[in-house]
Amino acid sequence: MNSLKIANLQASIEDKSILHGLTLEIPKGEVHAIMGPNGSGKSTLAKVLSGHPDYEVTGGSADLDGENLLGLEPDEISKLGLFLAFQYPMEVPGVSIANFIRAARNSRLDEGEKVKAVDFYKELYEHMDELGMDRKFTSRSLNDGFSGGEKKRCEILQMSMLNPKYCILDETDSGLDIDALRIVSDGVNRMRNPDRGILVITHYQRLLEYIIPDFVHVMVEGKIVRTGGKELALELEERGYDWIKQEAVA
Amino acid sequence: MISPSQVEVDRDKGNFHYETDYSFDAGVGLSEDVIRYISEVKNEDPWVLDFRLKAYETFLKKPMPTHWATEDLKNIDFDIIRYYLAKGQQPSRTWDEVPDDVKNTFERLGIPEQERKFLAGVEAQFDSEAAYSRMKEDLEKEGVIFVGSTEGLKEHPEIFRKWFGKVIPTSDNKFSALNSAVFSGGSFIYIPPGVKLAQPLQAYFRINAENFGQFERTLIIADEGSEVMYMEGCTAPKFETSTLHSAVVELVALKGAKIQYVTVQNWSNNVFNLVTKRALAQEEAEVRWIDCNIGSRLTMKYPGVILRGRKARGEVVSIALANDGQHQDTGAKMVHAADETTSNVVSKSISIGEGRSSYRGLVQMPGHLKGCKNNTECDALLINSNSQTDTYPAITVQGDANSVQHEASVSKVSAEQIFYMQQRGLGEAEAMSLCVNGFVNDLIREFPMEYSVELKRLIDLEMEGSVG
Ligand SMILES: Nc1ncnc2c1ncn2[C@@H]1O[C@H](COP(=O)(O)OP(=O)(O)OP(=O)(O)O)[C@@H](O)[C@H]1O
Ligand SMILES: [Mg+2]
Repeated sequence: MNSLKIANLQASIEDKSILHGLTLEIPKGEVHAIMGPNGSGKSTLAKVLSGHPDYEVTGGSADLDGENLLGLEPDEISKLGLFLAFQYPMEVPGVSIANFIRAARNSRLDEGEKVKAVDFYKELYEHMDELGMDRKFTSRSLNDGFSGGEKKRCEILQMSMLNPKYCILDETDSGLDIDALRIVSDGVNRMRNPDRGILVITHYQRLLEYIIPDFVHVMVEGKIVRTGGKELALELEERGYDWIKQEAVA
Repeated sequence: MISPSQVEVDRDKGNFHYETDYSFDAGVGLSEDVIRYISEVKNEDPWVLDFRLKAYETFLKKPMPTHWATEDLKNIDFDIIRYYLAKGQQPSRTWDEVPDDVKNTFERLGIPEQERKFLAGVEAQFDSEAAYSRMKEDLEKEGVIFVGSTEGLKEHPEIFRKWFGKVIPTSDNKFSALNSAVFSGGSFIYIPPGVKLAQPLQAYFRINAENFGQFERTLIIADEGSEVMYMEGCTAPKFETSTLHSAVVELVALKGAKIQYVTVQNWSNNVFNLVTKRALAQEEAEVRWIDCNIGSRLTMKYPGVILRGRKARGEVVSIALANDGQHQDTGAKMVHAADETTSNVVSKSISIGEGRSSYRGLVQMPGHLKGCKNNTECDALLINSNSQTDTYPAITVQGDANSVQHEASVSKVSAEQIFYMQQRGLGEAEAMSLCVNGFVNDLIREFPMEYSVELKRLIDLEMEGSVG
């Protein structure tokens, strides 16, 4: 019950099959990492779980604390407690960060209820300070003209403000400078707790030195082909993916 | 001031209809007899009847402007429209005297409440005639006139006749001719020199009957150094058949006067809204058209300012929202006719689904003038790929002692942006609303507070309606 549970998930886009029976369970309190070659379907997995309308699920299941996610609207999934930090966050001109996060917070309340502005800003500023974000950002349009690193920080800011049960971070480390990597990792680590499950998608072992995972999975061609501890990441860094691909075929 | 929670607006707010008995009904279709009937019911002076009959001739001669405008105009059937419907009484000065069905209508639309809260005067038109018309007493004492067109022409010809039909000649276009032939209702306003109204005057135009055509006629004269803000709202119930709304609005701002004309249109999707609006600005006068077009099947409206006096200023600020099945064909006309005149046009259109918006702009600046400036900015937002937008700017500038700036942009709200916002918990409609509000936010601030709240609500509701 207390997990994000994916079993034999199959999904395709425009008739091209991408996920070929993927199985993975992330219990609350654990941090899992997925690594895998470009194009293996990592972002696809994140989007399918989030209810992206372009993907067709052709088999398998995905449950969040026992609730079926498949077929739900993206906003329903979000409200069930799944947060996705996007590999490529969208720019939304004209919508300020503060208004956007506030609308997202309000969407979690009962009809007609609203977060109090004073409390909201207090909390927002606290998180921004922790993430080393200038307060001026609150009035800027969401991700509009942000640098790559600023966008990623903004994702973590949203994640902190929305208090999700499960977080998927899709290459949040790419594009971050050395200091930002530490700041963002600290942000994620602060969110680590027994009531939350975290899935980190990354290409770099270095991130996993900051956010130390309980498990590392390797994804190849739409499947998890190997699972290990954090040392698996080191091994991948040294040896690349070929040996795993070969083993997977064998 | 109204707080947001007190305002109840609805995109569907106007979608109700009371069975009403009309004492005066010009029947179906248009003919000379119909025009004579209208004039007789109104007990008009012969010159007015004459004006109408000449306009009718012009109307018959003028072709439909389908050579540049949409073919959809051909679907207007002038023979099935009812041109005059009235209960045959003078506009009441108190709401208690207004017949129940009509009073209930305006109460549902919130007019008496708005009047109490922030208006200096209200005119409420039900089909062809005003049912209610009242202005604060102190304004009457200052010499402000705020009456319907019939009363204006009859009781104050010395003021109104001079400008009536002068800013917009009958022959301006087919629909201004039609209006001139069958006009009824609308506001005639005169603000004496130096009088500055602290609160707005408001007119509300309500269509109640099916197959009806509403042809109000408005003339506002702001004498030297005076200031006035006029706001108009409008709704109609949704009928299967089409309804025609074709107004003519003329503004005259004499030396140093200021007129702001605010429209919040919320027509149902069966209304053809073909309106001619133009202002004349004398020396150092200022005219602003602030216009929001939501709803209707087809709106064609290009408010204009003729900048006749030195240093006159004209402005058009407009928001148009075209949803499925709607075409908003809007724009602005700025005719510079004196030195150092300036004009500013800011237009933002939103097209959703199959909705279509067009911008048509015209700026004229003859070469012998000096120190004239125009700035035009038109931005379009497309939501969903099949929306359509087109711009047709026509700028005629001669001479190099003047300056013209034109900027246009088209942006899109993509499915990926909506998905991103939904991933944070926002519903699809809410995500779209947020984008639209972000897009028009700077313009909404131009509307009076009381209207900007309503506008935002209307936009939200329109978005809700657009997701299945
Ligand atoms: N619209 C589409 N039509 C066809 N194929 C698509 C479409 N979108 C994605 N794909 C393909 O799906 C596969 C998986 O893409 P995905 O983005 O999930 O990979 P990834 O593992 O996240 O890669 P990276 O490490 O580069 O981020 C890729 O081969 C990609 O080209
Ligand atoms: Mg990816």
